Amino acid sequence: MDDLLREFLTETNESLDVVDVELVKFEQEPNNTKVLDNIFRLVHTIKGTCGFLGLPRLEALAHAAETLMGKFRDGVPVTTEAVSLVLSTIDRIKAIVGDLEATEQEPAGADRDLIGELERMALSAKQPAKDAAPKDPPKLIDADAGPKHTAGEMLYQVLERPLRPGEVSLDELERAFRETMAEPSAPAAEIAPPKTEAPKVEAPKAVAEKRDAKDAKEHKEPDGEIKGGVASQSIRVAVDTLENLMTMVSELVLTRNQLLEIVRRHEDSEFKVPLQRLSNVTAELQEGVMKTRMQPIGNAWQKLPRIVRDLSNELSKQIELEMIGAETELDRQVLELIKDPLTHMVRNSADHGLETPETRRLAGKPEKGTIRLSAYHEGGHIIIEIADDGRGLNLERIRQKVIENGLSTEAELDKMTETQIAKFIFAPGFSTAAKVTNVSGRGVGMDVVKTNIDAIGGTIDLKTASGKGTTVTIKIPLTLAIVSALIVECAGDRFAIPQLSVVELVRAQSNSEHKIERIKDTPVLRLRNKLLPLVPLAKLLEIENADPNAKVATEDDGFIVVTQVGNQTFGIVVDGVFHTEEIVVKPMCSMLRNITMFSGNTILGDGSVIMIIDPNGVAQALGTAVAEAVTTQDADDEGRAREAAAQTVSLLLFRAGTMEPKAVPLSLVTRLEEFSVDKIERSNGRDLVQYRGSLMPLVYFDAISQRRETGAQPMLVFSDAGRSMGLVVDEIIDIVEDRLEIEVASERMGILGSAVIKGKATEVIDIGHYLPMAFEDWFHRKEMKVENLTKTLLFIDDAAFFRNMLTPVLKAAGFNVTTCENASDAIGLLEGGRRFDIVVSDIEMPEMNGFEFAEHIRRNPRTRNVPLIALSSLSTPASIERGRQAGFDDYVAKFDRPGLIAALKELTTYQMGIAA
Amino acid sequence: MSAETVNASDSIQYVTVFIGGQLFGLPIERVHDVFMPESMTRVPLSQREIAGVLNLRGRIVTAVDMRRRLHLPPRTDGNPQMAVGIEYRGESYGLLIDSVGEVLNLATSGRESNPINLDRRWASISGGVHRLNSQLMVILDVDRVLGAMAESLAA
Repeated sequence: MDDLLREFLTETNESLDVVDVELVKFEQEPNNTKVLDNIFRLVHTIKGTCGFLGLPRLEALAHAAETLMGKFRDGVPVTTEAVSLVLSTIDRIKAIVGDLEATEQEPAGADRDLIGELERMALSAKQPAKDAAPKDPPKLIDADAGPKHTAGEMLYQVLERPLRPGEVSLDELERAFRETMAEPSAPAAEIAPPKTEAPKVEAPKAVAEKRDAKDAKEHKEPDGEIKGGVASQSIRVAVDTLENLMTMVSELVLTRNQLLEIVRRHEDSEFKVPLQRLSNVTAELQEGVMKTRMQPIGNAWQKLPRIVRDLSNELSKQIELEMIGAETELDRQVLELIKDPLTHMVRNSADHGLETPETRRLAGKPEKGTIRLSAYHEGGHIIIEIADDGRGLNLERIRQKVIENGLSTEAELDKMTETQIAKFIFAPGFSTAAKVTNVSGRGVGMDVVKTNIDAIGGTIDLKTASGKGTTVTIKIPLTLAIVSALIVECAGDRFAIPQLSVVELVRAQSNSEHKIERIKDTPVLRLRNKLLPLVPLAKLLEIENADPNAKVATEDDGFIVVTQVGNQTFGIVVDGVFHTEEIVVKPMCSMLRNITMFSGNTILGDGSVIMIIDPNGVAQALGTAVAEAVTTQDADDEGRAREAAAQTVSLLLFRAGTMEPKAVPLSLVTRLEEFSVDKIERSNGRDLVQYRGSLMPLVYFDAISQRRETGAQPMLVFSDAGRSMGLVVDEIIDIVEDRLEIEVASERMGILGSAVIKGKATEVIDIGHYLPMAFEDWFHRKEMKVENLTKTLLFIDDAAFFRNMLTPVLKAAGFNVTTCENASDAIGLLEGGRRFDIVVSDIEMPEMNGFEFAEHIRRNPRTRNVPLIALSSLSTPASIERGRQAGFDDYVAKFDRPGLIAALKELTTYQMGIAA
Repeated sequence: MSAETVNASDSIQYVTVFIGGQLFGLPIERVHDVFMPESMTRVPLSQREIAGVLNLRGRIVTAVDMRRRLHLPPRTDGNPQMAVGIEYRGESYGLLIDSVGEVLNLATSGRESNPINLDRRWASISGGVHRLNSQLMVILDVDRVLGAMAESLAA
């Protein structure tokens, strides 16, 4: 793009934004000459530049608008229609500029409609006495009793007036314009094409440019008057350049930190002094670069007056928008991100918050409703408040809606405070607007706002009082690039927790006043008469220490990072707390971005990489993102009715080892038993019980599970082919009917993944992991069968037990599973025309074994291309070779669940690759 | 330099590496550096192929355990681990390998497609095979090695 054109676009866009704001202000205070001057000047500049660049459409529009505004300047009373017309002209100009930006050409089209309207209005505008001082509109408006048609000479009279002090350069500028441009008030003369006067235009252009540079600076104070005289003190810098600079400074900060760390280890280093200086310079440089990125929040508010004005016309409400603290600065990246949420919330306040004038009058409030936006700094954060004096949130409707949407139950709602109920408006898809207007109530709303704010590490809070109004408070970090973080240790690894969400640190010891207590294995902490739900970080990240003793010690004896996300407070239990450090957030590698627990990673002063914990991710993992009041102890009772799905399964819910509920398909469990602990005998290094005349080995859920000393020990008994095993659990919770849809697959041994069961995230256990712990040869005698989901999968296994056990595994891997009890049934299906993306077959089967099956499949041209996986306990090199020869594409050991999934994944993606 | 070295323009230079005893070749232009991974940080909840992240001269590099990626058993020989630094979609990755061999200049004409009976998990990330005098060199297709991992996330 042509440099000149680009410059023009940038400046014009900025000018147009200012004009928007100024016009609304002008409408409210028609007597403010300063405002009008400013608008006039901006539009005039646009017009002049357009002529210079040869953009006739823009020029004609700007000219017509300018003419009308010229009338205002001459004292014609300002009407809403006139301002609306000028605003729509500005909108048209914006649209054309947008096209211009995209195509580098002025789009074809005519604006006769708007120009005609503008001309008509300018022409019909009644003018006050010709001799009134043109720069003194208050007088003019008072005097507008005697309207007369004024001639074009009017404007030249304006120029003749004595220059006001402090406005010298503006007047000079205007005169310069006047001299070159036709400024008639009569539409007929208006067509005077500026191009014919091009040589004259050049001269004022130089002046105009100087002024423009000044304008750019003065945008920060939109009504700032041109002081004149001072040469331009600012230059335009491309955003990319600044971003680059910022990245480099971030690197410098990291390197500085590394150097400091090294020097700290060497007491008498001669580097100390120069390094200290380097450190200071770096800090200043960092601050300086940060400053270049700072912009007043007013920039994000610029469009709001216009929006509110349009809304107030559209909704027939009187709305006053107050903006306080527009000069508060924040990082431009953050600014961009909060623009939309802010706009949305202001719209919401105008549409839902404020009442109609009659309602307000009846309520004894002034007819004009107020929306107040304010911003201020607090610590390293900026606080933005959006307050209205409207009717407040309708808590009754929210309650109804919450129950309707199944977000919570009536009983729970009864226990919640008003604020907690009000915060349900941030839940996804939640809208109480009875009717969908084109202003708001489209079902996307506050949840989007919350998501956006969450994304930049901010928090959002809300207060509402019936009949008095609603206040939303947003707290966001000043910058996203560098954050202060608390470095903690957990299971031998270090992690960073952003300081923004950390409220306090509590040292928990079993003998101190702060001790971790448990309600049904759910750890909680009594903190100032409140119960704080706790979540051990190790458990959250599934990095539990291998040593069970160490683990028990840390569970009761650790540091609790009290964390707040929105209104929700919880404690993250860690093993140790180091210090706080300024860290430069680096985005996670795209392959790791799916992990919601981390928001990024960073390099510490010692050069090591650590993960940054995302408190929002943790809050979500706690499952209490919305219903924060529901502490975990009564979460057990929480039973959300889910719509009955076609395929419900009986599931046994129990608790073992950890606090999360666990589930296993009931069909796999032979019996539920309870043995008195003194019946448990130890023999040959393992626990056994006498069960139905034989010895049954007991398997503990994990190394952490504590063996009870007294009482009874519940357990799940699994039997197959005359063998039984007891899986010791802490507690059997319930048997439920629900869909078994594993939503989050697990990499952890013994857990297939997590599914939502009775409204709670529940771990579905992998019996296949525990069976070999009882009898190592369990799988060696049996075979498996398979099913599949989105890709079709045929699973052949003669044992129902393994068919049941592997079905969830395969479903979790995304397959639509069909099972067969023997190879001949499978051949029947395949040759009968059923198509499968993949076939998984057991090897050791009666009648036809897996090898024979594979050979059969490979012989038949219809089925020879189906990928085949063998699943067997016989995983000797010889049997694998035999499998290959028979035609299996892959050979997986029966208990190698990850191996099976990996093989499935690769074979199916490979197939798709061929098809493509 | 061995006999298969040619200097014609229709040749490709490969950095050779060993993974589980097998010789692999990576096109030299894809290899940014070879380094010894130090102080790797494991990433909880990540895919099993991801060994962790580490700091390589101020950049955060994601280390991919090639043995796990190729479904080979973990290493037991205790020799120092090596890594090949590559770029993929603008991000830095380190492929953990057993050891690095020499750089070979091989004629493209000597390249053969994958034998049809090659393990599909391998075939899916191999760009063909070069017959060398003493052994076979599998061409490692970096895009597919990492692409399949990224896709499995999206799935």
